[in-house]
Amino acid sequence: MFGEGILKGLAETAKNFFGSYVSADRLTTVEYPEKRLEPIEAARVFPFLVYDGGDWQAGLRCVACQICEKECPPKCIYIEKSKDKKPDAVGKMQFYPTRFDIDVSVCMSCQICVEVCPFDAIKMDKLFELATDDRFGGLILDRGMLAKSNQYFHGIHPTEAAEVDARLTAERAKSAAKAGAPAAKDAGRPQPPPPGEK
Amino acid sequence: MTASFKSPAEPKLNNLDLAPSSEPGISGDLLEVAMGPHHPSTHGVFRMDIVLDGERVIRLKPVFGYLHRNHEKIAENITYIASMPYTDRLDYICSLTNNWAYALAVEKLVGLEVPERAEYLRIILGELTRFQNHASTIGFLIQEMGASGTPLMYAFREREKILDLFESLTGSRMMCNYMRFGGCRVDPSAEWLDQVRKVVAGLPAFTDEIDRLLTSNEILMARTQGIGILPPDLAVNAGITGPMLRASGVNYDIRKIDSYGIYNRFTFRVPLGERGDVYDRYMIRLLEMRESIRILEQALKNVPGGPIVDPKSKIRGFRPKPGEAYGRIEAPKGELGFYLISDGGPNPYRYRVRPPSLVNLTILEDMCLGAAVADVVIIFGSVDIVLGEVDR
Repeated sequence: MFGEGILKGLAETAKNFFGSYVSADRLTTVEYPEKRLEPIEAARVFPFLVYDGGDWQAGLRCVACQICEKECPPKCIYIEKSKDKKPDAVGKMQFYPTRFDIDVSVCMSCQICVEVCPFDAIKMDKLFELATDDRFGGLILDRGMLAKSNQYFHGIHPTEAAEVDARLTAERAKSAAKAGAPAAKDAGRPQPPPPGEK
Repeated sequence: MTASFKSPAEPKLNNLDLAPSSEPGISGDLLEVAMGPHHPSTHGVFRMDIVLDGERVIRLKPVFGYLHRNHEKIAENITYIASMPYTDRLDYICSLTNNWAYALAVEKLVGLEVPERAEYLRIILGELTRFQNHASTIGFLIQEMGASGTPLMYAFREREKILDLFESLTGSRMMCNYMRFGGCRVDPSAEWLDQVRKVVAGLPAFTDEIDRLLTSNEILMARTQGIGILPPDLAVNAGITGPMLRASGVNYDIRKIDSYGIYNRFTFRVPLGERGDVYDRYMIRLLEMRESIRILEQALKNVPGGPIVDPKSKIRGFRPKPGEAYGRIEAPKGELGFYLISDGGPNPYRYRVRPPSLVNLTILEDMCLGAAVADVVIIFGSVDIVLGEVDR
């Protein structure tokens, strides 16, 4: 019969129309911003810098090795390395970034910087509501804005943060044992795995 | 390429055996219409210069390049791994298959082994990508016929579930950046695999729904059957691949021919069309979705444990030996290939993408000649392109 296919299709649409009143899983949309979806642990938006302890300037894990700057696909990271060294979270003398800027209008959230970082210093944030009325200056985040505590990292990526902490503790203990028990206090930072470059 | 755009319109029109579109005795001019670059049917910034005789198309020139982003030259100036997130942006509906093709090319270049578990994950993610691509393509195609959104929204409802799986594994819905040279980036949990099984169990109901909704719809049949016919010999000569080629009845599926990855372990059929018209292309996509579900069911039965990345693979300081490699896969849109030449440095010396969308688009004029201008939109929609991949 001509028109049978159309009627069959209309029956399907009617089923969907009325079905959306009875079964909740047919409704996939959420009325943001009144309602929000459950945060997804793996989600990634823009990078941030992790620091240990309470003071971000003292505890920044970043040692300004500039690997992430070099590897960043869209080149959105700008780092200035310090001339002097200062003690890091465990007391070892290290360089530190005097400037660390990320232009989030260029960043493409690819996570390559996180993967190449040998110090677990840069991780992905989940904040996405970053609208600003200053489209040039407002989208360049400096190191003060980027620095976030290890507790914050634990809050957004608990599994990954626990892994990182376990690894760092093991490495710190190893290097402390190497330096000898009495010097454990200033034996410090874990040595990174040797970068694979020639 | 320019030769094919200079259309020998008259002989082709004679072959099509159409009634004359203008009344004899009435004189008139040809009308030149620029369709796009901002046109709802063109899926992005794409322009067609159409010459019309009344309602009939007598010449059509595709104009692309509006979305050119210099992908290949950028890739020649950054490290190998840094190109991986850029491949997400080629065909931004199917980022995972793009990753796969690029990873395959680099693995061939340096001879990395992919662990068993990673191969299974690639199959699962690749077929999920194919499913959601075909679902949304069918939705877009029907929308271009004027069914304002109903099938598209049904397709998007299903696609949303798949994108949620991608997000919970890779961290991003569309720009997954998941494959790595010699494996994958994140090891999925057992819960994630259970979620996939749950979603896959719901997919056959969706294909049945689309089938009931559309396949025997008289309006759809009237609009698509006998429109935009692509003869198999022309399709082969023009280098068409993917569902478009198979809709013309040519049995060519790289999953069967090359059996890259571990596709030779799975049982699946390659659906073929008969006439090569728009309706066949619609049907092929629907049938391929069913075959994808079959592959997914087989792959999900026993995902092996073990590592997910080759221990020899490294991210930093990656310098392949001088040489060249071509890796190709059956992407949802056709043959996606990456050709790499290494001179031993940290950047590829040459990086070339063989995009299925661009090659499939070159045949647009031959399918549209003699068709009505309203059919051009449908024929164009049935090609299934993404401008990110056409212009690169």
